Amino acid sequence: MFLTISTTGTPERPATDLGFLLHKHPGKAQAFSTSYGRAHVFYPEASAERCTAALLLEVDPLALVRRAKGGKGKGGGAPDAALAQYVNDRPYAASSLLAVALSAVFSSALRGVCKALPERAGEPLPLRVEVPALPARGGPDLVRALFAPLGWTVAAEPVPLDERFPDWGASRYVRLVLRAPEGTLTLSEALRHLYVLLPVLDDAKHYWVSDDEVEKLLRAGDGWLAAHPEQKLITSRYLSRRWSLTRQAMERLELVRLADADDTDVEEIDNAVADGPETEAETEAGSEAAGTGPAATGAAERTAPLAVLRREAVVAALRAADAARVLDLGCGQGQLVQELLKDTRFTKVVGVDVSMRALTVAARRLRLERMGERQAERVELFQGSLAYTDKRLKGYDAAVLCEVVEHVDPERLPALEYAVFGAARPRTVLVTTPNVEYNVRWESLPAGRSRHSDHRFEWTRAEFRRWADGVAARYGYDVTYAPVGPDDPEVGPPTQMAAFTQRTATTPTDHGMNENSRHSGSSTSDEGAEAA
Amino acid sequence: MTGTETRARALPVTDLSLVVLIGASGSGKSTFARRHFAPTEVLSSDFCRGLVADDENDQSASRDAFDVLHYIAGKRLAAGRRTVVDATSVQQDSRRQLVELARKHDVLPVAIVLDVPEEVCAARNAARTDRADMPRRVVQRHIRELKRSLRHLEREGFRKVHVLRGVEEVEAATVVTEKRYNDLTHLTGPFDIIGDVHGCARELETLLSKLGYVDGAHPEGRTAVFVGDLVDRGPDTPGVLRRVMSMVADGTALCVPGNHENKLGRHLKGRKVQHTHGLAETVEQLEGESEEFRARVREFVDGLVSHYVLDGGKLVVCHAGLPEKYHGRTSGRVRSHALYGDTTGETDEFGLPVRYPWAEEYRGRAAVVYGHTPVPTATWLNNTICLDTGAVFGGKLTALRWPERELVDVPAEKVWYEPAKPLRTDAPGGHDGRPLDLGDVHGRRVVETRHAGRVTVREENAAAALEVMSRFATDPRLVPYLPPTMAPTATSGRDGYLEHPAEAFAQYAKDGVARVVCEEKHMGSRAVALVCKDADAARERFGVDGPTGSLYTRTGRPFLDDAVLTEQVLDRLRDAVAAAGLWAELDTDWLLLDAELMPWSLKATGLLRTQYAAVGAASGAVFPDALNALEAAAARGVDVGDLLDTQRERAADAAAFTDAYRRYCWPTDGLDGVHLAPFQLLAVQGRSLAALPHDEQLALIDRMVEHDGSGLLRTTRRLYVDTGDAESVRAGIDWWLEMTGRGGEGMVVKPVGALVRDGKGRLVQPGIKCRGREYLRIIYGPEYTRPENLEKLRGRFLGHKRSLAIREYALGLEALDRLADGEPLWRVHEAVFAVLALESEPVDPRL
Repeated sequence: MFLTISTTGTPERPATDLGFLLHKHPGKAQAFSTSYGRAHVFYPEASAERCTAALLLEVDPLALVRRAKGGKGKGGGAPDAALAQYVNDRPYAASSLLAVALSAVFSSALRGVCKALPERAGEPLPLRVEVPALPARGGPDLVRALFAPLGWTVAAEPVPLDERFPDWGASRYVRLVLRAPEGTLTLSEALRHLYVLLPVLDDAKHYWVSDDEVEKLLRAGDGWLAAHPEQKLITSRYLSRRWSLTRQAMERLELVRLADADDTDVEEIDNAVADGPETEAETEAGSEAAGTGPAATGAAERTAPLAVLRREAVVAALRAADAARVLDLGCGQGQLVQELLKDTRFTKVVGVDVSMRALTVAARRLRLERMGERQAERVELFQGSLAYTDKRLKGYDAAVLCEVVEHVDPERLPALEYAVFGAARPRTVLVTTPNVEYNVRWESLPAGRSRHSDHRFEWTRAEFRRWADGVAARYGYDVTYAPVGPDDPEVGPPTQMAAFTQRTATTPTDHGMNENSRHSGSSTSDEGAEAA
Repeated sequence: MTGTETRARALPVTDLSLVVLIGASGSGKSTFARRHFAPTEVLSSDFCRGLVADDENDQSASRDAFDVLHYIAGKRLAAGRRTVVDATSVQQDSRRQLVELARKHDVLPVAIVLDVPEEVCAARNAARTDRADMPRRVVQRHIRELKRSLRHLEREGFRKVHVLRGVEEVEAATVVTEKRYNDLTHLTGPFDIIGDVHGCARELETLLSKLGYVDGAHPEGRTAVFVGDLVDRGPDTPGVLRRVMSMVADGTALCVPGNHENKLGRHLKGRKVQHTHGLAETVEQLEGESEEFRARVREFVDGLVSHYVLDGGKLVVCHAGLPEKYHGRTSGRVRSHALYGDTTGETDEFGLPVRYPWAEEYRGRAAVVYGHTPVPTATWLNNTICLDTGAVFGGKLTALRWPERELVDVPAEKVWYEPAKPLRTDAPGGHDGRPLDLGDVHGRRVVETRHAGRVTVREENAAAALEVMSRFATDPRLVPYLPPTMAPTATSGRDGYLEHPAEAFAQYAKDGVARVVCEEKHMGSRAVALVCKDADAARERFGVDGPTGSLYTRTGRPFLDDAVLTEQVLDRLRDAVAAAGLWAELDTDWLLLDAELMPWSLKATGLLRTQYAAVGAASGAVFPDALNALEAAAARGVDVGDLLDTQRERAADAAAFTDAYRRYCWPTDGLDGVHLAPFQLLAVQGRSLAALPHDEQLALIDRMVEHDGSGLLRTTRRLYVDTGDAESVRAGIDWWLEMTGRGGEGMVVKPVGALVRDGKGRLVQPGIKCRGREYLRIIYGPEYTRPENLEKLRGRFLGHKRSLAIREYALGLEALDRLADGEPLWRVHEAVFAVLALESEPVDPRL
């Protein structure tokens, strides 16, 4: 990983002053030991007209792996090598590791301190920064959006993933050239921009962040971050690495290994819980509609309401069905369970999910461990799967499948139908699912894209009814439908709900005359034939 | 059965029962128990008092003591062990609890009363130091309560009551262990089990002839077993009864009662029953018979035992099916279930009760053969089979040959009786109702394997497998196998190499494997292909409607997202199999192939972009600049030391890495550019081929490849090596060097004999991979070949990987064996699921 910083000068103010400002002599190549390998500083050119300092960090990938495994210090901890692959872009890309090296090697310059030329340290100077391989999540546009407001002239050119395979498109790296004309930025400012924005652009999942990142950000951002138009994004991304740490702590290593066995990125299978802070940012359209784009913010206002509306609709339907013992099948992070616990008419609330991560998050949300005995008796969370019948699911008044069916492959739905309607057989079943017709109303959702990357299908209202009517007929339920959210006259509501009620089970005694009933006749009295 | 004057009485006691000794303190219960029962069969309340209170006579501890006693008794009875309760049990309430316990576990409660005079009891207690100060009134109360109880014992639910009066009778009595009526485990058949006849006498005669019976007897000594419902609805119930009754009397047949016999029996005893569901026909037909015949029928029906456990416990026959916990048990509800099955309490649209699908939940090892529910065709479900194929409704009369498990049937001559509702199109729990139960896979589990004993799956691994299996896998019916992981060769010490074939050959030589085959490692991803001859075969064998097979990855995920494309792959495979004549030659309508699907980029696109190509792109972008800068600095006279050289080497390593992954990538369009290289035929109908030697395997596969007109299939290059012959080994190494030198991934070395054990009888590794030097850059990173890195990497530990490879291999073999044996889906799935779970064990993923 590599970057250069250049300046120009005149005989009166020679460019080689850069050496003083950086506290590194232009005539020497110097090496420094840092946490992630050796950092080298040298000057490919050093004249009065033009001086360039180069920072080259030799990252030792094996050291990274060992560090990840070693578990010392914050964020190490991961006991599994799978997290820190030997095949890793860290030795090449200008990642957050380079930012760490930058601050270590140029610490005085970063703080704007220069004993030799104290007055120059505070003066703006013409600058040019080149970063040949900058990992930039968000692409050149975001790079420009981050640097341009700070006074830089930005040239950000995407690096192709592999020129041999042009249809693979661009990689997440850009070749970055920043220029600041005379009188714009001080060296300290430039270094602090890089120190904060390299990791923000890198946005890597598992790298090592210390506890005092907030203070570091405040210090490095002093004077420019507060007024930056992308301040929110910068802060959230910079600090989100800490949430990644939380995620890492919860990493289901078993899933990591299964992904690995299948040459799959673990995020493709360990995706039951949306990444990021666990606040009420809610998944919903926030991530549903906006997908992976950086501009998820816009969708947030109208999304939380839909999730809330959905829960309200479910709770109301459960009350109407007079359900007391309720299963939340596919409970995810436990929001509905939490809602149900607020109403004591629900005497037992069981959250079931196939994702252990989801259950962990749900348990934390509900503060299960600190819950009083009486409350705790009302709630239970366990891992289960609707691809299998499950005896534990029998004997409940109602089951809720809130935004669940669309996460199941269509050819495996019959198994789910059987597990719920055939085997568990609660009196009431509520099913909610997106109404795909409504997708055209999501401005941020590109046409034809589903609301969530894990949706195996999204149904129109007619498709949903066809499915639900069929299930009801096969399993002896009646079904009614209700919209959730604004019922658009043209495309319907964003969420559709079906409420299934088991057709009144006739009590066996009504059929006492029927020989097939186990209650019929006095068969038991004939046991004497074999006993006596 | 209550007391007689005989002095040396023999008391029959059923082998599985709860025996309650009843008698006052000092009546000699413990002595009696000691004399007639095994010490572990006897639970004494005194002992339990001691357990909970350190004092056998602490009456204040009685409640806890009885809790313990009931708990232990419950465990024993659940496990099918006779249990004797040694407590006074003179109070009705204490006996009631024991009778309930017996019922709960469906065993017979038996009472043995020791009615000994008060003086004797008192004297005995006085002689015991620990009871010397027991007040006389306690014994008096016991005796009073006992006398009061005597008359009620049978009404309380005791099925045998033995009252021993006086010391002498107690002393002289002996206990005779009796088998349960349903226990015919000593009979091994062979049997012909016959479904519901319902008065279809002509069909029955035809079937008996077809089975080889001559006038009710089989020349080879086979035994017919009737599952009940001989009577009602059909044209000639008396004829059927006459035939079956005489066969039973002659000992050439067994018969269990159906609900129709039960009702007929009550009618014949003069009880009032409705003449519905075909009883009217029977009554009318019997009117034409003699009173004597009717009496014999009554007696016959009365004597029928609800179910039989046969053939060493491997076979259970009853009318309406029976869950495992009821096998060999005796209680009202066992009989009720055997005759009527269980219902959910609901009724269907025809007004008939909805039957509880007990067979779907059945996980027992005994085959349960039953009738009762008319189905179009008898099919196995979880080791149970319903033989009622609706003969009387115009279906057929079906028999099952045991132990051959062959079905024999004859068509009905006509519709004798209109069914109340159409026959179900499926066996109960049939096609879409072959649910797997979470209990089969969840939590910590131990899977018994034929080839490597018990394999344990830990809870956290099962949890991860559940998530992947549920969310991402192909329908489990179409995933009858997952490939095991494979260990690499022992780490090489050769300069520049981490892996080298010399160690693999040496390993096999050490294991006593002389001949190995080296198979080219294809540059793709592992794929398992289940290919059925057509959709009908897929429906028949795997119970799926639509797909003609499956193509999935090593974690059971569909290989291709596009189902249409998958079917195209299957079509091409099918054509090749057909053209090679393998359907007929292997006598199968499906086959299961282990293969490699190429290119790797087809499946690993995500990983390629985020990881491999990304590294290539980043390194490609950074090195030119960094090298230029260093060269410029050096040109200025700055001493850059060896930094420039190091960076040049790193740049070269990164370029070699890029070359390495590029070999695994090529563009595809539909199936253009996609290739499949099968390297093992795992199973066909009724047979696991896992032990078929690899040379024969490859010969079969070569024929498929030759006959593939589509260009999909690729051959697997191979070289046979004699591990004891230095020249042959040398040739193997050269072959590998040549192949990997041209950029090949490497090779897998396998014993030619496929399934091979070493001198100690342990399974040897089914294969050892030797990966090429350049390929390993993709695994260990671009710079792994630098001497200092190689040195560190040589410390890698292979033990866990090898053990895992063997365990997964054993589970894979087990899945194939279970599949071949036609075992229930849950049994196959159990082994497959365990492979997936084990894949999540913590093992260095680079191995």
